[in-house]
Amino acid sequence: MTATTRETVLANLRAALPESSPLPELPTSGPWQTFEDPFVRFCEVLDSVGGTCCRVKSLSDAHQQLLSIDEWNSAKVRVSAVNGVGDPTVDLNSIDDPHDLENVDYAVLHGHFGVAENGAIWVTDDTVKYRVLYFIPQRLVIVMPSQIVHNMHEAYGRITIGEHAFAGFISGPSKTADIEQSLVIGAHGARSLIVFAVDDLA
Amino acid sequence: MKVALFIPCYVDQFYPQVGMATVKLLDHFGVQHEFPKAQTCCGQPMANSGCMPEARPLALKYVDVFKGYDYIVAPSGSCVSMVRNHYESFFTEEDHAANEVRKRTYELSEFLVNVLNVTEIKGRFESTVGIHQSCHGLRELRLGPSSETMKPRKSLMANLLASIDGISFSKLQRIDECCGFGGTFAVAEEAVSCMMGEDRVNDHLAAGTKVLTAGDMSCLMHLEGIIRRRKHDIKVMHFAEILAEALTSPVAV
Amino acid sequence: MSHPTLAQDFVDNKPRAQWHDKALWFVREKRDRMAASVPEWEDLRSHASAIKMHTMSQLPTYLEMFEAKAKALGVHVHWAADGDEHNRIIHDILQKHNAKKVVKSKSMLTEECHLNPFLEKNGYEVVDTDLGERIVQLREETPSHIVLPAIHIKKEEVGECFHKHLGTEKGASDPKYLTEAARGHLRERFCSADAGITGVNFAIAETGGFVVCTNEGNADLGVSLPKLHIACMGLEKVIPRASDLAVFLRLLARSATGQPITTYSSHFHGPREGSELHIILVDNGRSGILAKPEFRRSLGCIRCGACMNTCPVYRRSGGHSYESTVPGPIGSILTPLRTPEQHSTLPFACTLCGSCTDVCPVKIDLHHQLLAMRGFLDRKKLLGMSKKMSMKFLSGLLSSTWMFTTAGSAARTALRWMPRFAIYNPLNGWGKQRELPEPPKKSFREQYADNNKNSGRPS
Ligand code: SF4
Repeated sequence: MTATTRETVLANLRAALPESSPLPELPTSGPWQTFEDPFVRFCEVLDSVGGTCCRVKSLSDAHQQLLSIDEWNSAKVRVSAVNGVGDPTVDLNSIDDPHDLENVDYAVLHGHFGVAENGAIWVTDDTVKYRVLYFIPQRLVIVMPSQIVHNMHEAYGRITIGEHAFAGFISGPSKTADIEQSLVIGAHGARSLIVFAVDDLA
Repeated sequence: MKVALFIPCYVDQFYPQVGMATVKLLDHFGVQHEFPKAQTCCGQPMANSGCMPEARPLALKYVDVFKGYDYIVAPSGSCVSMVRNHYESFFTEEDHAANEVRKRTYELSEFLVNVLNVTEIKGRFESTVGIHQSCHGLRELRLGPSSETMKPRKSLMANLLASIDGISFSKLQRIDECCGFGGTFAVAEEAVSCMMGEDRVNDHLAAGTKVLTAGDMSCLMHLEGIIRRRKHDIKVMHFAEILAEALTSPVAV
Repeated sequence: MSHPTLAQDFVDNKPRAQWHDKALWFVREKRDRMAASVPEWEDLRSHASAIKMHTMSQLPTYLEMFEAKAKALGVHVHWAADGDEHNRIIHDILQKHNAKKVVKSKSMLTEECHLNPFLEKNGYEVVDTDLGERIVQLREETPSHIVLPAIHIKKEEVGECFHKHLGTEKGASDPKYLTEAARGHLRERFCSADAGITGVNFAIAETGGFVVCTNEGNADLGVSLPKLHIACMGLEKVIPRASDLAVFLRLLARSATGQPITTYSSHFHGPREGSELHIILVDNGRSGILAKPEFRRSLGCIRCGACMNTCPVYRRSGGHSYESTVPGPIGSILTPLRTPEQHSTLPFACTLCGSCTDVCPVKIDLHHQLLAMRGFLDRKKLLGMSKKMSMKFLSGLLSSTWMFTTAGSAARTALRWMPRFAIYNPLNGWGKQRELPEPPKKSFREQYADNNKNSGRPS
């Protein structure tokens, strides 16, 4: 049944094809927007979408800064996938079912780099046991090298798409404006996002 | 230069002063003109209703009436757009005569600026003018920048008006939203059409418009209809009328 | 019902229609600011359009490439000719997994296929997890906008609905409070779901993966917990290369909501460990649209909703007046292509102002297609007798110069002499809220001739 549908659909499409037209070249740099200081731009845009960026020298600086945040200290269930950052209350290795992560208050996870034009951070599932951790905790910290690309073309130029079952760009905490266009931060995912951009990792 | 006037059918019958203002402008710039008397309508009402077979005879007639002229000038962006952009289905690429006529059909501000190279109108017009950017002039003929596109373009009509002494412009909240006329839309979708018109008028009222102007009388007929029904203190003039009137009040030296 | 009738109802509540218009205009203005912040905006639009046109010209090749790559990643790929087949496939998959509770993120395709009522009828619990979609689901309505499903609903009404269904305080209408309540309510659903269904924003031929964009994180939560992820996509969602995503992700959120990018742009390639991933490729009329040269560019639509936000008619008539899953300018092309009889008034709910065409991030010539659609309906004899007859009459009248000038002069005379009540009668749609022009004594052609006579020019 499915096989025949496939054949019919493809045959219908083949019978309907328009004249061929060229696929534009998309260089990773050149004609696209760049910024004088991409890091500054990244921070500004991240801020405008509800996130915060802290630039730190080392992982231990990130750790220290994190420990000075009240919400972190008062959070009951804390997890960290980044060695040396945060004092987790739960060991991620002890979890066997992602559903058990339902009550995570705070998670510290890896990011790879940031994008100046839109405040997005590239994340991949190889850095954490359960990808749901990017979405389920009440609050999220992303630790990444202080590397910022100017725009999305450059971003796609430096990653290989298809390597990970899950990968993505995250720009700020989760949000909605579905009730009368009023922006509410904290829809289903994280209610806040702090990014530590670490110079030593860059 | 052999120039024909193309005066849209409803302008001919209901707004002769707009045609006469066009005549005055062409006279002022020394352009010899004729009004081919057989002309009626470009066929837009039928074409915009989807009735292409009914629009066809009018397209053929238009081409027949206007062939042989160097330029055909009309005080209407909408009708010019019909001729230039929407006659495709009536003619093939081989219909050279027809395609020449289409190419040579110009909207008034386009003709003044791009053909006659007019850069300023030496005259006076003292009032606060609100510009209504008629959609077809704006988004079909590109006589100015549309607010949606991020390309700088100059508005030909606005530039001409701005060169007049004593004129000032009202600042609108929505600089180029449609007035809601839309041909048969005005009646078929009467409720939305009138709400759109009312919103435009209210924007002009709040901005302090004293004279409302545009490049198309169809938009202005709709807006004036609302203004007069509500007895608002806004005068409605085609931009050709403003330019022509300015020319009669020369700048003091 | 026809669009004019439903639009009239909408406009009858003037304050509400004005509120609706302003809410959407606000989004359009945010989009303008975002578009203006990208110097190469117009080039991006041209690239997006070219990528889509190219893809259309080799659609079967790219679909097969996508299918092969996806299969190699361990994905189950299904093909559906129409909505029914799409729904049946989902039913079969769910049955096989003994899945009863389904969470769904926004997908216009599943709306188009009427998946929810189908699943409910078959005993499944389906929860729409996008906040706006959840609101309309609880109110037993359909979305009125493809990006802002609840844009027609006031916060007080959401409050009432949540009070009834989620037990929020009576009279509470603070969006923050209501969103928080929905968050709690939907978390339970996420954590107990057996399957997650998502749409697809872009499917990448060269990698066999796909991208889903949300702000709330609902798609990701919905598919990261259960052991089954079903992704439903229209055939036109495929793009050739991963690098094309740069163009589309730069355009999509900026055009849709005036954000620099959606909060989550998730790239899925193959199933999560220990779970299954199914992709359903759905035709449902798309191959038919591809076969129509004047309308095929509409398949390039990335469902950003910008043409709705900018449409002066949509803003003042509301999404439901279109009685179509996709409303607004793009809906007025896609829907009558499928069901011309039921939707023949949609292409006429348009002044041909062209704002949609200029706002569209993939440069679909929307208003030209809306015009072409009117001709399409005429050829199908669906314009209605009175419209067709009056246009025939007008065409005849205007074809003869003599008849035209005679009728014009008669009309002007009549307008001058007829009493007001006779002119402004209930049959005069123009005159209900507008005055007619004040007729001049002499037409332009008469004045021009006089002028020439006086100045001694030949007339
Ligand atoms: S037609 Fe264009 S503007 Fe409208 S929803 Fe589709 S992509 Fe967006």
